[in-house]
Amino acid sequence: MMTTESPEKLLSPVLSAFWDDPRSWTLETYLRHDGYQGLRKALAMAPDDVIAYVKDAGLRGRGGAGFPTGMKWQFIPQGDDKPHYLVVNADESEPGTCKDIPLLFANPHSLIEGMIIACHAIRSNHAFIYLRGEVVPVLRRLHEAVREAYAAGYLGKDALGPGKDLEITVHAGAGAYICGEETALLDSLEGRRGQPRLRPPFPAVAGLYACPTVVNNVESIASVPALMNKGKDWFRSMGSEKSPGFTLYSLSGHVARPGQYEAPLGITLRQLLEMSGGMRPGHRLKFWTPGGSSTPLLTDEHLDVPLDYEGVGAAGSMLGTKALQCFDETTCVVRAVTRWTEFYAHESCGKCTPCREGTYWLVQLMRDIEAGKGRMSDIDKIDDIADNINGKSFCALGDGAASPIFSSLKYFRDEYEQHITGRGCPFDPARSTVWADSGDGTDNAHPEVKA
Amino acid sequence: MTDVSLGMPQLPAPDYPAEVRERLDADAREIIGRYPDSRSALLPLLHLVQSEEGHVTRTGIRFCAETLDLTTAEVTAVATFYTMYRRKPSGDYQVGVCTNTLCAVLGGDEIFEELQQHLSVGNGGTTDDGKVTLEHIECNAACDFAPVVMVNWEFFDNQTVESAKKLVDDLRAGREVTPTRGAPLCDFRQTSRILAGFPDERPGAVEASGGAGPASLAGLRLAKGEEQPATRVVSPRAETVPGVDLPADDQAPESHPSSHDAPRKTSDSDPSHPAGPVSEEDR
Repeated sequence: MMTTESPEKLLSPVLSAFWDDPRSWTLETYLRHDGYQGLRKALAMAPDDVIAYVKDAGLRGRGGAGFPTGMKWQFIPQGDDKPHYLVVNADESEPGTCKDIPLLFANPHSLIEGMIIACHAIRSNHAFIYLRGEVVPVLRRLHEAVREAYAAGYLGKDALGPGKDLEITVHAGAGAYICGEETALLDSLEGRRGQPRLRPPFPAVAGLYACPTVVNNVESIASVPALMNKGKDWFRSMGSEKSPGFTLYSLSGHVARPGQYEAPLGITLRQLLEMSGGMRPGHRLKFWTPGGSSTPLLTDEHLDVPLDYEGVGAAGSMLGTKALQCFDETTCVVRAVTRWTEFYAHESCGKCTPCREGTYWLVQLMRDIEAGKGRMSDIDKIDDIADNINGKSFCALGDGAASPIFSSLKYFRDEYEQHITGRGCPFDPARSTVWADSGDGTDNAHPEVKA
Repeated sequence: MTDVSLGMPQLPAPDYPAEVRERLDADAREIIGRYPDSRSALLPLLHLVQSEEGHVTRTGIRFCAETLDLTTAEVTAVATFYTMYRRKPSGDYQVGVCTNTLCAVLGGDEIFEELQQHLSVGNGGTTDDGKVTLEHIECNAACDFAPVVMVNWEFFDNQTVESAKKLVDDLRAGREVTPTRGAPLCDFRQTSRILAGFPDERPGAVEASGGAGPASLAGLRLAKGEEQPATRVVSPRAETVPGVDLPADDQAPESHPSSHDAPRKTSDSDPSHPAGPVSEEDR
């Protein structure tokens, strides 16, 4: 299947529309691009009407699970005399995921405007941005954007109307993947070790400080201002009935032009690769993740899968964070999965036994297999261990650890066997590097497309 | 951590000198004021004590505990959970090489390997001059700029072995180093102060390195027609060269994977960690 549409028609930059502006992160630039217009409209509506509007628009969570954003807001009890909190999950750490960080670096006001709208809707007077600590350039711009928003009166006293103040606190984490899980994030924000909580109660009932809390991903909240400003019909004109709207796709790995591509939900990897120059010269796609390392691997059979919640689900994986990590034929799948498994073992918080112990043993077995010291029975053993982790812990970290094991065995079992029968890895890691094809190994240019 | 206990209970940690304590108390009050519940200030306070001493000392833990009315055990439990809190004296510059799968495959493993040799330190080790602490890090949300190196949590994108070596040489020589995304480097203590929630006051720090990085603009440039899409569109599934024109002097690589069948040193996932991830606590 060949695509004939031009990139102009296939892509739909909204959040990224003015990232090329020299001072894209400033309030001044944001205001020149319809900034805070959605807020004006939202504040003219009753809070419940804003919730209904976002729900009708069909916006779904962009952090991985795809839960309808408006419905999450609706779960907040009203008239309960407790404080309500909005917590933005900016702990972007899922391997391969790299959308929220560039978004916050280039356009932090879209998040702040979205937060103000959300706080109006859920009747909150204090919101938090939980930013992973390892991204100081982004932290600087969030500090500055919040300062600008206070100075301009979007935050602070009477921000949401007479007598309705709004505070935003920027909170830097300290390095823990698990804090991207919403209940672990809340524990961390309360000054504790970031370990997931048993649910129910859900955060909507007992979240931060045991008060009703909405936890939303950065991109979900940042999508709200444009939705409010341009309308739900405009929003629904993109994507599909069940997966409407636009989103950021992050293309990375052995591709000619890695980067952020904002498009309507449902674009395919083939379309994205065709417009962006395909895989790096002389190579072909071997395997890829649709939404980070916790989403089951796909292969070149799946190039035409619509990248929306339903499409990727039907292909046996998950849309996740739309982190399209593409690996070519030089990449050893066993090496890739071993490294992801080491990651999950390192990041397992230790609370649940299946995840804590299972990921540890998976690492031992995967390292053996990769080094040519494994046995055939180890292949079934990793499958069995993954099965004993999957679905048997409080949070989805364990499920994420099982995903690469299951999916790599499904598509590349023969490669595992090759490592065992051949007593070693048949791949040369030097050939997978970005400088592998440049001759002497010192050329530091990323392969650029000369079109 | 490796000290042998002789059965004597450890003496309480000394307090900060009075003037330091006074300054940190004022900072702590400001941090606590941002939260409805004081304990929420613990993570920022741990960043704050790192900005004072470069790592989380027993004195720092005592300060956090006294400030928030917690026990030192409660503070220690938190401080040891998060990887950004250093537990021993370390360098002015924390150099982290991403070796999560994507960066590792694209060259991060080679960069990390070479830097260890170049600096004669292992994972978590600090150079003799106290300038550079080297570690491998997990995915830092910059996969479209792989391979990525972070220095004091500023982005150094699209690194090579050579550029990374030059980077650490410059850091050790005290030359000014500019990240591809982020502000001119400050040392680890100043970075920790920003992490504690005190905005970077240096002129130009927020503006530094401009709007978005080049990869972040890839889609936007195509959508605006500023970059042409691939001229010869070939399915990525095809075995032939896809729609990208190779420069004339560039040889197309052989299409088959290496047929070396002996176990390779470099394919070992993490040779510096033979005992597995649980030993990381002691690095």
